[in-house]
Amino acid sequence: MVSVMEVYQLLPKTNCKKCGLPTCMAFAVELLGKRKAIEDCTPLVEEPKYETKLAGLRELMAPILSADSTETGMVIHTEKCYGCGNCVVACPVNVANDPKGTAIGRGPVSGKAILMVEDGVVKCVNVDQCRRFGDEKVLCNACIVTCPSKAIEFI
Amino acid sequence: MAFCTGCSLLCDDIEVDFEGAKVKRTLNLCRKGRGHYDSLLVDRLAPAVDGSLVDIDEALSSAAEVLEGREKILLFGWGNSTLAAQKAGIELAKKLGSVIDDPSSYSQGLITEKVLKGELPTCTFDDVRNFADVSIFWGDDPSSSHPRHLSRFSYYPRGEKRQRGYEEDREAIVIDVRKSPTAQIAADGFFKISPGGDADFIEALMAALGGKIPKVEDKKRMLNLGTKLRKAKFGAIFTGLGLAHSLGGDLDAFFSLVGKLNELTRFSVIPTLGDYNTRGFNQTLFDEAGHVNSVSFKDGVDHGPEFGIAKYLDSCDAVMVVGSDPTAVLPAPLAKKLAGMPMVAVGTHRTLTTDGADVTVPIGVAGLEVGGTALRTDGVKVEFDAVVDSDYLPDVEVIERIMEAV
Repeated sequence: MVSVMEVYQLLPKTNCKKCGLPTCMAFAVELLGKRKAIEDCTPLVEEPKYETKLAGLRELMAPILSADSTETGMVIHTEKCYGCGNCVVACPVNVANDPKGTAIGRGPVSGKAILMVEDGVVKCVNVDQCRRFGDEKVLCNACIVTCPSKAIEFI
Repeated sequence: MAFCTGCSLLCDDIEVDFEGAKVKRTLNLCRKGRGHYDSLLVDRLAPAVDGSLVDIDEALSSAAEVLEGREKILLFGWGNSTLAAQKAGIELAKKLGSVIDDPSSYSQGLITEKVLKGELPTCTFDDVRNFADVSIFWGDDPSSSHPRHLSRFSYYPRGEKRQRGYEEDREAIVIDVRKSPTAQIAADGFFKISPGGDADFIEALMAALGGKIPKVEDKKRMLNLGTKLRKAKFGAIFTGLGLAHSLGGDLDAFFSLVGKLNELTRFSVIPTLGDYNTRGFNQTLFDEAGHVNSVSFKDGVDHGPEFGIAKYLDSCDAVMVVGSDPTAVLPAPLAKKLAGMPMVAVGTHRTLTTDGADVTVPIGVAGLEVGGTALRTDGVKVEFDAVVDSDYLPDVEVIERIMEAV
């Protein structure tokens, strides 16, 4: 999981306010929350002395901005997934939304489940229902701790 | 809805889209199950005699020729056969006066036999899901071997008396020689033992249950475990190959432990069996002959370790392997001996065993290409139909036709 400090270390740290935020630390928080883009920090992109920092930041942010991660930051490493469905059954949202299916250990039956096993690996759907979605997010980790192969992580 | 015969959990909530025999999309099927479904188009067995392809009728008559006139035939396998085929197999063994055995003779046969005799308390997976508050996985790693074990029955689901699931209502305890994927989930409930250390662990647990300080293992942890087990309302023990192999042929210590636990509270044992219908074969043979494996029908019914594949290979003169791949599992000297025998192999896919056979007879994959009935590893009967069209014969028909020809 990428921390705010890691992002901050790769910013100019001049607090120039060109991005519209009071400090570089505030920009790091917004960048990690995907509310700002790297390009919003104009000195970093334009000034050649920050070239190495920019390359480092792009590398650090690549998994977060890639299409593989959902809006909650969930990344499923399908190559590690057994398709055991532990996360599907343990997910508190699945239990609440699908009491006749995933809650009792079966496949989802309600169409409101947020995790399901498709083609032998777990897949995230209805992502807006996840507890980690949106501003009021709760740092739920039911799908991570129940995974026997560490195939799920949040970034 | 389709069934999965990829392991002995026989999952029945599978949704699948086929394009001919090719799988397009599956839902609720684990990775192992998906591999099982995809295998419909991979490396299928063809009818052959001495390596040359023949038609199925010729393969069947050649199979009968291999078995005919032999005195000491071993019929082995049966874990991946339907109940009807297993029954026909036992009839064939009676007709030939041969020995019939399955892989449980070198794995969990002793535990299954005790369960079937009623000497070890058992229950169904649905009981586990509804009532169990302590699940013990002993020498067993279902996360790898039976991926949906924990999510469907033994740890994660909500049940009648276990509405709060794993967070508050259930406890998983894993006893293993390595930190397996199942142990990874159990976290604090993982007890690492040294290879072959099961007997010591049982001794320590017996002492802890009796309120004494254990002489071996971590004293404090064992006492805590003893208290936890004493307080359990409904416990389930899932045994694996690790336990059976560690204790060798002498499982008495484990049986006494289960007895002791049942004096204090209620604990049931469900062996985690590998092939999808191993339990079915054990049950069918137990009903017919009173034993779960290693039975000779030469003069009435005879049973003993000398009729298990490991020993009987020394004296038998022909082998028929049905739905199993012992060559891949047995130690090299035994596998070599098996490969050198006159052998008929009946199966769905090409394996090391079928490569060493004189005659190979293909059959359809149960639950996908042919229907049938099987027993889940907890003994619940499951009936399934074919979901794709296929020209392969069902296993029961192959066995019956061989029986007619010999």
